[in-house]
Amino acid sequence: MASFRNLKLTALAAVLGFALSAPGHAKVEGEEIILGSAISLTGKYSSNGLNAKNGYDFAVKRINEMGGVKVGGKSYKLKVVYYDDESTPARGAQLAERLIQQDGVKYMLGPYSSGLTKAIAPVTEKYKIPMVEAEGASRSLFTQGYRYLFAVLSTSEQYLASSISLAAEMAKKEGKKPADVRIAMAFENDPFSLDVRAGVVDDAKKYGMQIVVDDKLPRDLSDMSATLTKVKALKPDVLVVSGHEKGATTAARQIKEMQIDVPMIALTHCESGKVIEQFGKSTEGFLCPTQWSETLTYKDKYFGSAADYDKAFKAAYPDYKTVPYQTAQASAAVLVWKDAFERANSFDTEKLRDAIAATQMETFYGNIKFAKEGNNVAKPMVLRQIQSGEYKVVAPTKWASSPLVYPRNAGM
Amino acid sequence: MLDNLSLLGQAPVLNIQLLLDGLFIGATFVLAAYGLALVWGVMNVKNLAQGDFVILGGYIAVTMAEWGLHPILGLPLVIVMMFGFGWLVYRAVISRVIDRDLFTSLLATFGLAIVMAQTMNLIFGPEVVAAESGLKTRSMFDGMVTVAEIKAISLLLAAVLATIVIIFMKKSRMGQAIRATAQDARAARVMGIDTDRVYAFTYALNSAICGAAGVLISLIWVIQPYFGITHSIRSFVIVTAAGFGNLPGVIMAGFGLGFAEQYSGFVLGAEFQQATVVALLVLILVVRQIQQARHRQVVR
Amino acid sequence: MSTAMTQGLLYGGIVLAGIVAPFAFPEYTFQFALLWIMILFALTWDILGGQMGYNSLGNIFFFGAGMYLCAVTQIGLYYDVAEYTAAFGAVKVDFTMGQYMLGLGLGMLAAALGSVVLALFFGRIVFGLRGPYFAIGTLGVALAAGELMGTWEYVGGGGGISLPVYPGDPDDRALLYYILCFVAAILTFAFLRWLYGTRFGLALNAIRDDEEKAEAMGIHTTRYKTVAWGVAAFFLGISGAVFGNMTGFIEPLEVAFPTTTFGIFMVLMVLLGGKGTLWGPVIGATLFHVIKEVTWTYLLGWQWITLGALIIVNVIYFQQGIMGWARDKWPERFGVVVDRRTTISSRDEEAAS
Repeated sequence: MASFRNLKLTALAAVLGFALSAPGHAKVEGEEIILGSAISLTGKYSSNGLNAKNGYDFAVKRINEMGGVKVGGKSYKLKVVYYDDESTPARGAQLAERLIQQDGVKYMLGPYSSGLTKAIAPVTEKYKIPMVEAEGASRSLFTQGYRYLFAVLSTSEQYLASSISLAAEMAKKEGKKPADVRIAMAFENDPFSLDVRAGVVDDAKKYGMQIVVDDKLPRDLSDMSATLTKVKALKPDVLVVSGHEKGATTAARQIKEMQIDVPMIALTHCESGKVIEQFGKSTEGFLCPTQWSETLTYKDKYFGSAADYDKAFKAAYPDYKTVPYQTAQASAAVLVWKDAFERANSFDTEKLRDAIAATQMETFYGNIKFAKEGNNVAKPMVLRQIQSGEYKVVAPTKWASSPLVYPRNAGM
Repeated sequence: MLDNLSLLGQAPVLNIQLLLDGLFIGATFVLAAYGLALVWGVMNVKNLAQGDFVILGGYIAVTMAEWGLHPILGLPLVIVMMFGFGWLVYRAVISRVIDRDLFTSLLATFGLAIVMAQTMNLIFGPEVVAAESGLKTRSMFDGMVTVAEIKAISLLLAAVLATIVIIFMKKSRMGQAIRATAQDARAARVMGIDTDRVYAFTYALNSAICGAAGVLISLIWVIQPYFGITHSIRSFVIVTAAGFGNLPGVIMAGFGLGFAEQYSGFVLGAEFQQATVVALLVLILVVRQIQQARHRQVVR
Repeated sequence: MSTAMTQGLLYGGIVLAGIVAPFAFPEYTFQFALLWIMILFALTWDILGGQMGYNSLGNIFFFGAGMYLCAVTQIGLYYDVAEYTAAFGAVKVDFTMGQYMLGLGLGMLAAALGSVVLALFFGRIVFGLRGPYFAIGTLGVALAAGELMGTWEYVGGGGGISLPVYPGDPDDRALLYYILCFVAAILTFAFLRWLYGTRFGLALNAIRDDEEKAEAMGIHTTRYKTVAWGVAAFFLGISGAVFGNMTGFIEPLEVAFPTTTFGIFMVLMVLLGGKGTLWGPVIGATLFHVIKEVTWTYLLGWQWITLGALIIVNVIYFQQGIMGWARDKWPERFGVVVDRRTTISSRDEEAAS
């Protein structure tokens, strides 16, 4: 009968399909250790998703070339299984379930962006699967008491904190009070940028600074001229913008075209937004917070120094003119895994979790030591300024290679 | 919000900036929307891939700029290439959805939009890019109002293109055939017009217009493979507001949308910029429905 | 075998399969739960799109509305919502099992009823629109809702809301949400099966076939249309509430109001299965979900291209869907008496509707 056929058809399709959709990876297959990651290969985060994936792949390749991971006297190669999370949290959570439940992945690498990490962390937590993530900076990730989440990067409130304190310093130098400083803010309406914003608001409050523009940029952002018109009218002392690389690109283009001459402009994602390459001289003086810089003096035995990593990565991926920090920290996350496997000398997830929690290592990316909450507390955020078309570290003073140029001389 | 309004009161010159910016971006909206009005009106195809044609045009311009050809000089080339591309798409997909119900064209072009966006992602990569014009910015009123020369030029180019299309539609044989087909396809066929060719030409023309709009967008804004859908939605808002047979309406609505985006971004905050576009769409439909209801009352 | 027996066996089989599935393949529980949600999507879309001939592109609006209504209820019962969201999940609230279940139950109720109220309200606005304008109008409502939610700080704006964490064992949680999805989908199916057999169902078909005539025959079309949308909203609201809790983190544009993914997928699933039939949406949703998962596994990088191409081919060449095709092929089995003289013209009519 018709309805019978329907049932058979449906059932057949379902069974066949789900059987097909599970390639059947185990946690360790033969001589391979399988790591899993849902990463944004399509959708709005896809460019940084790709940066992160390249970072993972680059580190995996390097570790495998150098003899792989030794556990129990045997040497294993690393392999990463990827799924495309389409840049949406709902899909990310589904894929994490799928990696863990269907594919049997026991060791996770993080996705790109705080929003995705927020969606995936509850899943890994639920199954007690350790996840070392490199791209979710939102500090709300580390207040939930997650036991299995570890992040190699600095948290979001640190992104622009040093620019605000620099602004206060400069005000004092000019004989003004920090409370006279006026800030214009434009943050993308997404979990990461809103979190960065919360950090800036707190810092501004601390100094008693005034916030004169507080716009939230839409996510399909390609125009912020209305916001910049306000900036022009109100003439603030500091302009801060955060909106992943599309925010950086859009801001850089329109700051140039509208001749916004705010003395201090701070912008996240300058490197991945390729602002110098695309807008040249007009980006002079932008302050760009970064998780990592190739000029820092950290080093490790896999990649050598930060500069060596920079060189080797550019040789392997010639498309990159500047290596974005998103790539470097992804590589660092893989190093954490390798280190943890060897110290735990086991494939047991609980032992591995404890090994990761006890991580204390120097990598080309920076020192890594996790707080109880899972965030990396051993590595500071670095603030770079674009000077003569290059990124120069201006803060913290320990790493500073050049003094801050203030006010920025806008080379229009 | 009130702060921002009072700011406009204190410095009325800011209105000039907002109006100018609205005018510049409105011009590119008008181009894409006019293309949509054309295919909608002539062949009853609701092209959801409109925005992806725009983005594709932008990417071709950016790629040519990398090879050393200035995007403005490359504009004719983009138009020719996009015309060819549109013709191909017509032959492969669109020719099979004409004369079918509204949903067929809407969904088929949605599928097309997905394929295009993803193919662009594979070819050009996912980075946000922009084409550089190398032109300067002029400032007026003490720097309070700035006009990037490229924006003014793109407005001019949009106007020239629109004029060419209008003259073409009025004077040329093909233009007359298109209009005849739009009025009554069956009658046109009886009169010996090859309507299939007319449809192919119309769709290709739309693709070319979108491509040109894309070049301008890449020069004044930024593009990314997945930005197509917002441009499609804008085109739909404009055409829905204006009605598809109504070129002056499309122009008015396009500029109106440009102004609305600028003012809502300024007064309400940038987070309302997109919301304004869709809220306007709903509002327009509500108003239209009230009008219709009144009309139906009369009929009854 | 009598029809009643066959049907009994069929439904029994499906229910049994639904109950056994999470125990037989525990690793697929989440995947199966999602499949039931997809089936629910397709079934509810078909009420308007298939049975009534009104192609809505904005049904996803109720999914998101339900999700937010449920989340706000769950949190609001024990905590100040504005404070909870202002901290971007920085506040960690531990719920006891009793609190959690009560919150979830009331949340789902609020989601279902709230969505119905919204459907009645927006129905007044959109049902005056015809043809393409109805599709665009409903799309506009869904898009606007997503954008406006993103600006509303009370519910966290673009930062979204992290939902309360399930206090028990993770496997129990998976099972709980599986059961909720399963029951919601089965209830939807059963309700619609009953509904389509009543006068109400016939009235919907009459509106699809000729609205003016239906009106002339004394059917209060606007009322029927609104109620039909309310039915869809009721079940979609529940699905949103469940899905939001399954995901654990909600935000406006991608999770709650995914207009260009789930919102359009529900239409495509129905078209694939065959619209205007009871079984078409079920088959279409199953097939679509499976195809999507398989391409996402094996065609990384090309998955969207494959999906897009599939959509184009489906829409252009196979719009009658699987059920429509089967009905054309074996009309007798569907109880259609074929008069050979009129076959061709009647098929044309069908294609036109």
